[in-house]
Amino acid sequence: MSAQIALGTTEQGLMYAIMVLGVYLTFRILNYADLSVDGSFTLGAGTAASLIVGGTDPWVATGMAFIAGTLAGLFTGILHTKFKITPLLSGILTMTALYSINLRVMGRANISLLGSQTVFSDFTKLPFMEEYGVLVLSLVSVLFLGSIIYFFLRTELGLALRATGDNELMIRSLGVNTDLMKILGLALSNGLVAFAGSFVAQNQEFADVSMGIGMIIAGLASVIIGEVLIGTSSIGRTIIAVICGGILYRVIIAVVLQLGLAPTDLKLITSIIVITALVSPSLRKKIASWR
Amino acid sequence: MKKLLAFGLSLVLLLSLVGCGTANSTGNEEQKQLKIGIVQIVEHPALDGAREGFLETLKENGYEVGKNLTFDYQNAQGDQSILQSITQKFAAAKLDLVLAIATPSAQAMASASKDIPILITAVTDPVEAKLVNSMEKPGKNVTGTTDMNPIKEQFELMQKLVPTVKKVGIIYNAGEVNSQVQVAIAKKVATDLGLEVVEATVTTSADVLQASQSLVGKVDTIYVPTDNMVVSAAQSVVQVANKNKIPIISGESSVVDKGALATIGINYKMLGKQTGEMAIRVFKGEKPQDMPIEAQKEFDTVINQTTVDLFGITVPEDISKKAILVK
Repeated sequence: MSAQIALGTTEQGLMYAIMVLGVYLTFRILNYADLSVDGSFTLGAGTAASLIVGGTDPWVATGMAFIAGTLAGLFTGILHTKFKITPLLSGILTMTALYSINLRVMGRANISLLGSQTVFSDFTKLPFMEEYGVLVLSLVSVLFLGSIIYFFLRTELGLALRATGDNELMIRSLGVNTDLMKILGLALSNGLVAFAGSFVAQNQEFADVSMGIGMIIAGLASVIIGEVLIGTSSIGRTIIAVICGGILYRVIIAVVLQLGLAPTDLKLITSIIVITALVSPSLRKKIASWR
Repeated sequence: MKKLLAFGLSLVLLLSLVGCGTANSTGNEEQKQLKIGIVQIVEHPALDGAREGFLETLKENGYEVGKNLTFDYQNAQGDQSILQSITQKFAAAKLDLVLAIATPSAQAMASASKDIPILITAVTDPVEAKLVNSMEKPGKNVTGTTDMNPIKEQFELMQKLVPTVKKVGIIYNAGEVNSQVQVAIAKKVATDLGLEVVEATVTTSADVLQASQSLVGKVDTIYVPTDNMVVSAAQSVVQVANKNKIPIISGESSVVDKGALATIGINYKMLGKQTGEMAIRVFKGEKPQDMPIEAQKEFDTVINQTTVDLFGITVPEDISKKAILVK
């Protein structure tokens, strides 16, 4: 019984880890608190779902979901760079706009994919893939996207992106177009989040306009948990850390459910876990200084 | 040190996952212990009512906690990603039956398990949600009850109680698919009856007050569908409508209790009880794929006497005879 739960939880964790990669890009690399994640996650899910139901090939649909996400990120970026709206507010504005846009994209509040062809239904038909197909596909996708991000962040463009988040004034004085960097980072991040949304929708076999609610919290919690447990000494290590954080976050939820804790306390427990993860480094320093 | 902590933590988590799995199996007594799961998307009077009715029917028929039944009730608190974890847990626990309350819960459970019998309730359109192949023959492991509103009967009641009505305002959350379905039907029914519909949509329960105010002066009556968001903020609609002498016809009775004029509709507790009866048939061996989706057979007419007096409405005798009056 627990093997099945462990499998399902890991599969879920890997899909949400793609979203966490996106949150990491803006939150940590760009130092930009982008709250549009709730909206772009649903945008990805809705785009993929409505295309699949309309008969499009699921991989094409997933690709379109990614592109839709990048457009959302582009919008946030333009609001911030061209119209000088603060980072927090521009993310909120995009998220608010996306609520109506998602309803338009989907045409209705809920699209069922039960029985439709999805990337997972295709993949599990391959030899040896019936039971572990979803796990393998999610794992491969996460590793693939994680590696792309890793190598990208070491290119000149990637370094300029990192510098923009680190010390904008300095890198601007060296001639980098920081506005473009921010837009690029936001587009890439939201593209990843939308991609994750399309995966989750295809796995759970439905897309609902409310499915993005709470994503930014989950994403931030995952980033923080991963960083605290695995460490941030290098970019590569941090990328692995946030991916593991995404998986771990889902594991924690599954454990809480297994322990039979009151359903109403689930959100409080999530909060306590994140607080613990945030507080433990400084707590440990304090304890060390007492010795 | 950090590595050790990380390793230790992951080990503890993994062990607890495994440990809890084995700890859940109870000792076998003479009677077969039935294990059921109940998954609900959010707390809400109608959904809670359905769940209570379901458990009541089971108890009345001898299925009691502690005797021969264990149930695990999980509420996703509106977070659909938690819904995934809940349905995965249920699927892995090899339960005898799962009750899924509301459309997202039903969809998540149907995706998580293709063999555990799933009973759905409070789902407006099971065919549209692809939960079943057809209402008469589900063809899968899913069956249950639908809460599709008798909208035509409700609009006819509206015309009988307020004969002068020409324009009807409808407040709803466009993000709820059950509301979208109802509004589409309502618009057709209204056209057939010669009425005009004015829509007001909301996205949060805080918008409901303003949406109600926007209808003042534009409509003769207001219709409140079985919309989770508007029903939870029903007080705001009632406040505005009763102050401006606009009668409200609602899709279900909890809004009438709060001050709406009347409804002829679903009693969610009775719907839950009906679902409970279907569950007992499954326990006795019937297969969900052959059990048609049931709708509520008899509808309750509920009228709020205080509101009738407030508006000075005369209720036709044939209606007041079989109506339940509330204050």
